[in-house]
Amino acid sequence: MSTLLEVRGISKRFGGLQAVDRLSLTVDEGEIIGLIGPNGAGKSTVFNLINGVYPPESGRIVFAGTDITGKPPHLVARQGIARAHQIVQPLGGLTVLDNCTVGACFGREDLPLGEAREVAREMVGMIGLGDRLDLPAGSLTTAGKKRLELARALSARPRLLLLDEVLAGLNPTETEQMIDIVRKIRAGGIAILMIEHIMRAIMSLSDRIVVLNLGAKLAEGTPQQVAENPDVIAAYLGDSSLMAAAEIS
Amino acid sequence: MWRRPFPWLIVIAALLFALVPYYTNDVGMRESLLLAAVYIILASNLNLMIGYAGYVNFGNIVFFGLGGYICLYLVTVGHVHVIVASLVAGVAVSAVALLFGAGILRLRGAFFALATIGVNQAVQQLVVNFEPWGGATGIYLSLDSYKPLGGAMQALWWMYLLIVLLTAASMLLSYAIKNSKFGLGLIAIGQNEDAAAVLGVPTARYKALIYSASAFLPAVAGGLYFFKSGIIEPTSAFDLQTSIEAIVMLMLGGSGTILGPAFGAFVYEELRGFLLTTEYLSHFQLVIAGALLLVIVQFAPGGLLGWLHRQWPRSRRWLE
Repeated sequence: MSTLLEVRGISKRFGGLQAVDRLSLTVDEGEIIGLIGPNGAGKSTVFNLINGVYPPESGRIVFAGTDITGKPPHLVARQGIARAHQIVQPLGGLTVLDNCTVGACFGREDLPLGEAREVAREMVGMIGLGDRLDLPAGSLTTAGKKRLELARALSARPRLLLLDEVLAGLNPTETEQMIDIVRKIRAGGIAILMIEHIMRAIMSLSDRIVVLNLGAKLAEGTPQQVAENPDVIAAYLGDSSLMAAAEIS
Repeated sequence: MWRRPFPWLIVIAALLFALVPYYTNDVGMRESLLLAAVYIILASNLNLMIGYAGYVNFGNIVFFGLGGYICLYLVTVGHVHVIVASLVAGVAVSAVALLFGAGILRLRGAFFALATIGVNQAVQQLVVNFEPWGGATGIYLSLDSYKPLGGAMQALWWMYLLIVLLTAASMLLSYAIKNSKFGLGLIAIGQNEDAAAVLGVPTARYKALIYSASAFLPAVAGGLYFFKSGIIEPTSAFDLQTSIEAIVMLMLGGSGTILGPAFGAFVYEELRGFLLTTEYLSHFQLVIAGALLLVIVQFAPGGLLGWLHRQWPRSRRWLE
């Protein structure tokens, strides 16, 4: 598999806090990479650096052979990186369909309005919101908004999807459904970089896992390797869910 | 664009607006409708900024005033035909807006709103001290200026018809933008600018473009309006009160809709006419405007049209 995203030594500081510290990672085509770490480890900041919300203070980000370091978010989106936010960001006054149409219109394929609407309709259906096409996005439940984030990101027909805690706040049934959706997305050939706190999910979904602590990479490897890594266990000391997940896998 | 009923409604309404006073030869009605038409142009173009992109432009009247000045200057000094002069004014003001917009559109929310007031006041002071435009006394037209249109009486009718044409153009512009990819991007910006950017909407470019586009028709209308008046001076050309009234009209009719601003402007102008001509109410015109705004924001944030849409969801198809 060829490398799709290559992050080389990126850093970002907020005042006195080194949020991301010379981090490097790669995502190959069609791969699911899990990004885990304790709260405040800098995971969401890594996403913000990759998709251009902040320019990194050092390092390079290369996506599909193009250097995208420091490019503004809309150009990164155009290159084929889409994102589902941790804190859902629906365009509340627009309908579910229109939200996804925005994603399709301004995404990688830069579609005209009519075609974008068709793509959006398809994605909304796939994600299971087909019966709520014409409802205002603001009126959806939390689980609905999470799905909408995903449908909207997919409507851009990205090559890489950044998923920021899409499972947080969902009940067990909804979590299972969402995991199935993520598997389906990968089967469609889209690479995924995902932040997740639900260990059982990330252990079973990821091909490789990168562990962040205090902005720097603590460990990297297969779920099994990471779960057995003593540094990781120390950083997560007391987090029995990781131990339990390690035993299961 | 012409496949839906809406644009045809606009054309029919514009024809009625233009022809009824002409065939009844009712000058009083013409003057009242002319003011309403000017307000519709102001409110409807303001809607592109406030209703679509979600940026409150308090100093929107600056486009109208500058358009008037540039047009009258070209007519008096350059002896340019008023139609050409007002179009040139429109292009010039749009270009200036693009320049200003690139700067002040980095601001958001209340800061942007304050900056737009600043732009209006700064331009006003600049014009007060700008001798080629007559400084504080402004520019007067001589009766000769109306000769190319067949005399002053004819000119008044011409100006009326042209302004009605601009009103229809404003409505069709709102309609075309709302049904385009550009419009969808703008509305996304209005809903959540950061999310829109992550989705790929080129926010900076779109905001500057719509700020500039929303300047064009008001500037052309300013040219025609002040040509018709025969005089322009800084206090009336850059009157902040008119700017604020345009916002009231927009909110009254329904910000973000296409017909709403037109409804709002028409109702407000007729109401204002009634208040001004009623003896014991004439001093309360602005008090009532303020109270009206409070009531709308509190009880019907979607304005008249938003309220109608809620009561009869089917009306969305016809009254966009």
